Amino acid sequence: MSPDTLLQLAVAILLLPLLNFVVLVFFSKRLPRQGDWLATGVLFVVLLMSIVVLATKLGTYHDETLQRSFPWVDFGNVPGFGPLTLQLGIMVDNIAAIMMVVVAIVSSFVHLFSIDYMRGDVRYGRYFAYLGVFTFSMLGIVITNNFFMMYVSWELVGLSSYLLIGHWFEKKSASDAANKAFIVNRIGDVGMFIGIMILYATFHTLSFDPIFAAIGAGQIPMGSEAWLTAAGILVFCGAVGKSAQFPLHVWLPDAMEGPTPVSALIHAATMVAAGVYLVTRTFAMMTADALVVIAHVGAITAFIAATIAVTQNDIKKVLAYSTVSQLGYMVMGLGAGAYTAGFFHLSTHAMFKAGLFLGSGSVIHAMHHALHHANDHHTDAQDIRNMGGLRAKMPVTFWTFLIYTLAISGVPLTSGFLSKDELLAGTLAFGELTGHMLIPILAFGVAGMTAFYMFRLVILTFLGEHKDPHRFDAVHESPWTMTVPLTGFAILSFFAVFTGTFNPFSAEGWFTDAVQRPASVVPAAVAAAGNEVFGEALHHAHGTAMILSLIIAGTGILLAFVTYYWRKINADAIAEKVKPLYTFLLNKWYFDELYDATAVKGTLALTRAYAWFDATVIDGIVNGTARWTLGVTTGTRNTWEEGNFGAIAYSIAAGMASVYAGWLLASGLAPAEPSLGAIIQYGLLGIGAAGLSFFLFYVGVGGFDNKIVDGLVNLVASLAGFFGIVSRRLQTGRIQTYLALALLGVMVFFLWFRG
Amino acid sequence: MEIFGIGVLSWLTFLPIVGMLAVLMIPKGNEAIVKWTALGITGLQLILAVVVYLNFDPSLSGINNVDSMQFVEKAKWIDVSANSWVGRIQIEYFLGIDGLSFPMVILTALICFIAVIASWNIPKALKGYMAMLLLLDTGMMGVFVALDFFLFYVFWEVMLLPMYFLIGIWGGPRREYAAIKFFLYTLFGSVLMLLAMIALYFSVTVPDAVTGERIHTFNMLAMMDPANYDPNSLLAGMGTTFRSLAYLGLFIGFAIKVPIFPFHTWLPDAHVEAPTAISVILAGVLLKMGTYGLLRVSFPMFPDIATAWVVPLGILAFINIVYGALCAMAQKDFKKLIAYSSVSHMGIVLLGMAAMNTQGMMGAVFQMFNHGTITAMLFLIVGVVYDRAHTRDLDAFGGLAITMPKYTGIMTVAFFAALGLPGLSGFISEAFSFLGAFQVDELRVITIASTLGIVLTAAYMLWTLQRVFLGKPNEKWAGMPDINGRELSALVPLAIIVLVLGIYPSLLLNYMSTSLNHLIDIVRTGGQGMAMLP
Repeated sequence: MSPDTLLQLAVAILLLPLLNFVVLVFFSKRLPRQGDWLATGVLFVVLLMSIVVLATKLGTYHDETLQRSFPWVDFGNVPGFGPLTLQLGIMVDNIAAIMMVVVAIVSSFVHLFSIDYMRGDVRYGRYFAYLGVFTFSMLGIVITNNFFMMYVSWELVGLSSYLLIGHWFEKKSASDAANKAFIVNRIGDVGMFIGIMILYATFHTLSFDPIFAAIGAGQIPMGSEAWLTAAGILVFCGAVGKSAQFPLHVWLPDAMEGPTPVSALIHAATMVAAGVYLVTRTFAMMTADALVVIAHVGAITAFIAATIAVTQNDIKKVLAYSTVSQLGYMVMGLGAGAYTAGFFHLSTHAMFKAGLFLGSGSVIHAMHHALHHANDHHTDAQDIRNMGGLRAKMPVTFWTFLIYTLAISGVPLTSGFLSKDELLAGTLAFGELTGHMLIPILAFGVAGMTAFYMFRLVILTFLGEHKDPHRFDAVHESPWTMTVPLTGFAILSFFAVFTGTFNPFSAEGWFTDAVQRPASVVPAAVAAAGNEVFGEALHHAHGTAMILSLIIAGTGILLAFVTYYWRKINADAIAEKVKPLYTFLLNKWYFDELYDATAVKGTLALTRAYAWFDATVIDGIVNGTARWTLGVTTGTRNTWEEGNFGAIAYSIAAGMASVYAGWLLASGLAPAEPSLGAIIQYGLLGIGAAGLSFFLFYVGVGGFDNKIVDGLVNLVASLAGFFGIVSRRLQTGRIQTYLALALLGVMVFFLWFRG
Repeated sequence: MEIFGIGVLSWLTFLPIVGMLAVLMIPKGNEAIVKWTALGITGLQLILAVVVYLNFDPSLSGINNVDSMQFVEKAKWIDVSANSWVGRIQIEYFLGIDGLSFPMVILTALICFIAVIASWNIPKALKGYMAMLLLLDTGMMGVFVALDFFLFYVFWEVMLLPMYFLIGIWGGPRREYAAIKFFLYTLFGSVLMLLAMIALYFSVTVPDAVTGERIHTFNMLAMMDPANYDPNSLLAGMGTTFRSLAYLGLFIGFAIKVPIFPFHTWLPDAHVEAPTAISVILAGVLLKMGTYGLLRVSFPMFPDIATAWVVPLGILAFINIVYGALCAMAQKDFKKLIAYSSVSHMGIVLLGMAAMNTQGMMGAVFQMFNHGTITAMLFLIVGVVYDRAHTRDLDAFGGLAITMPKYTGIMTVAFFAALGLPGLSGFISEAFSFLGAFQVDELRVITIASTLGIVLTAAYMLWTLQRVFLGKPNEKWAGMPDINGRELSALVPLAIIVLVLGIYPSLLLNYMSTSLNHLIDIVRTGGQGMAMLP
């Protein structure tokens, strides 16, 4: 296959899901079954095509980056620069090809799973349409070769996320969650946009390769390394939003208001991993300082989320915080310099986390069914305290769920073991090289917590006794459309899938060959440890990391069984003992409350203050001026009508004197150079003169009482046949007076300018 | 290019006047004929605009060069022989377009056509209404095609009167207040503009083609060449106080139209009271006259002052963007919210203009066009719900997505376009404006601060969407009919334009780049070394 064919195939892969969207959004009502099988079928075709692309890429063009650009906007001959265009384009390198397959797998499986999960939904066709637009935008992020399309797709996945979180928008909580997701993401996106602006202002292009090449050649933003670091961190802000990193992680748990398959696709496996993907894409331009920031943000996120996950009781919330934690893990790994491991964990995590969410979907589906059957509308179908013992009734769900849990806990034979071990080794190496020991310490701590809370989830959901035998009878295993994807993801959680070898303890394989850490392009003085130095440290850290991680994961799992299965430790008693800490964690570190009290309330207060200011002060001045003018003019008019000629003569004299004085001032004091004082002086002079002439003119015209102008209007009115309404409804006289006044003012200036 | 011996720009400009006369001659009681005549005339105008689009040469620069202006029509209009008092007065009928006015011409024709569709159910005095609307059309089109300052000013004032009547007669409960406020405010601005125009007139002379005698002129192109300024005149030289004053006068005149803070308070009132179609025109075209004036008049005629006052302009842009967004968020009236969002979005135009570089300038002019289409959609959307419910209270609704699914679909496009979603046209113009401004050292901090507007816009747009469209359906509006064919026919073309330009903006950007680059060149070089023809 020629490179062009391969890229064309990639474009077809990109556009097919969009076609799904267009067809379903307009015609789903007319299609059989609202087009669900059509959409799913197309997605499986996409999956096949993307596997072909990956195979060809790795087989024929293993070390090449295939890309094509085209001019999208022509800026013409830019003054001081020369001809300039904005190029867009697509690129297929190894990580893009792998990511494409990951997205296609998860998306197609989720389509299949949704067919029964969403059956009977009010907006069934719409749901599949939105899945299509999501898949399109996600693939857009994957195969772009420039920041512009990256940003475009970045926001479009945000849109599809918004639409799908708010799928059941009748519920206030769902539409709130959708808004929160979009707005919080926007905050991150703005940071990313500023980062992009820094790059564009320097390089006048938005394509990755030319930018990296220019940095490599020594050209850096504003000639300062600090700006380069800033650009890196700001671009990373996009990832902070999308990948739910601290401090913008708050939207992701709320996003679980969306249908569960959506949580699996968007909020666990693909979209939230886009941030991690962005960091891998821009890894080459990150300075050491930027990477340290990234590593710490990731580590803090991983830690905070893990502590929260331990205390949650909603099955989806536990998984949501687990996702946040694992995303923090990947970001931390990339920040530490473990490029391959970060992307490896992204890919393995996508499989088992999508599986976990679909598994939870299967459980929730069954619980709903059982609760419905028992006519119980109060019990929460997602609360793990209402579950237990589901293993017997839902064997496929249980066994697959167990495999995913083993993978996420890092137990050997799973893919998660390999990627996690690589990551941990990376953090250890980073700690040794830079002295930031907090990173590996948090990394290992989180590994233990992950194993603990995930097994807590499995035990409370599937093992032990069910809480309500009556309800338990009605629990059934889910249909094949749901169990097939579950099995699929379980198979994809085995190590061999990602290595192609039979050594469960070594990550070496096709994946690590394909994903090699790129050389940094930043100036050597601010670069992180180079590939060789880091590789060396990584090699040393490997053994330690593996042993430590096994011990820690084992401890976590054991602790979970002791506490929740054998009940040797009373979890409630411990929670009671450390009540403040427990409440703190249960309430998610009070982030929502904090943001609500500061950012949300603050903004709302500010908007009210500004609206008041606008209506009262600004508009008050406007109306006040109008009233004052009216008062002055009516006053004069009354004077005229009363026949007080003395007053009139006085005002005429005063007016003429003022105009003359103004004229003298203008011709005598005019400074050659502009200064603020002079401008204010002239401004005041102008206003004064204009005001005076208004004033004077009124004296002259007011006496006619608008007879002439009114007569004119009436003439037109009788001709046109509708101006009659005008003169009845509007106080035309006043307007005409102003018009006339203005004219006189202008005439005074006319004289002035002429001289 | 001529049709029946009359230039196409004259056709574009005066066709609505012909329509107005035709409408006025239709006997009472034939409302359908009135409507179809108005629609036919604006439709014909739109077709002419498309003809212009097809014949426009994007490689010609225009701005201060009459040879590269397109569709030029030039004739002596008023020529009063020399008298002792003001000398010889020569005013030309001088029309022409370049890449700066071209998008506005297309926009005006488009929006007026849409506005007639949106005016289908005007309850009273339809004949007068349509006549005024067509007169307004002429005024707006004239402003964008005039190259003689006097002519420009005449069109500017022609536009004012019908607008005043359209708000004052066919408006809402406080229409008289709103109409007078609009009128006085704009009048105040145009007086200042008139002063600057007179000052320019007395400063600029060009040699007469026959006698070689130097005569004063209103030719805008002549006013852009520093060589034409009489050394002893008021505005001679560079960076003088008088030039600053004249620039300030022009600026305030245009700022009121944009509107720029603190001259913006007429806008919410006018919008709230104006009938739907008039709001559409007001936001769609009228506001652009302000920014167009700055670009056509202020920048090339006063490059010295314009470049010196980049930072104040940037600060005003920032205030418009953020202040407008914050005020919008606090509104409870749907229309007022959209009005304030206009203030915010026009701030982006100002930011791009302040940058005075290619990306910024192209972003600004493109944003003018996009704001025209997107905000027109938003006002049409408010109109649809107001026609049915007779309230615009944002909290009075809820769940319209279920009662009116089609309406909700088209609304989603408009709302997301307004909040700058990529893939829709608004994003590209916003992004370019920001990209342009960021490249200017003095504006960098202002640009970063202005990005706050991006977040705020998303917040108030989505919040509005949630309050009106999401949630459980309000039983009060249970039987509300979905959007009808006529309403869709006004909205769908706009939605298509927003989408197409969002994906392939070059359809319009290509037509602007040459002229705008040339304009930037003029502003940067202070008008030096430009070939100038009388």
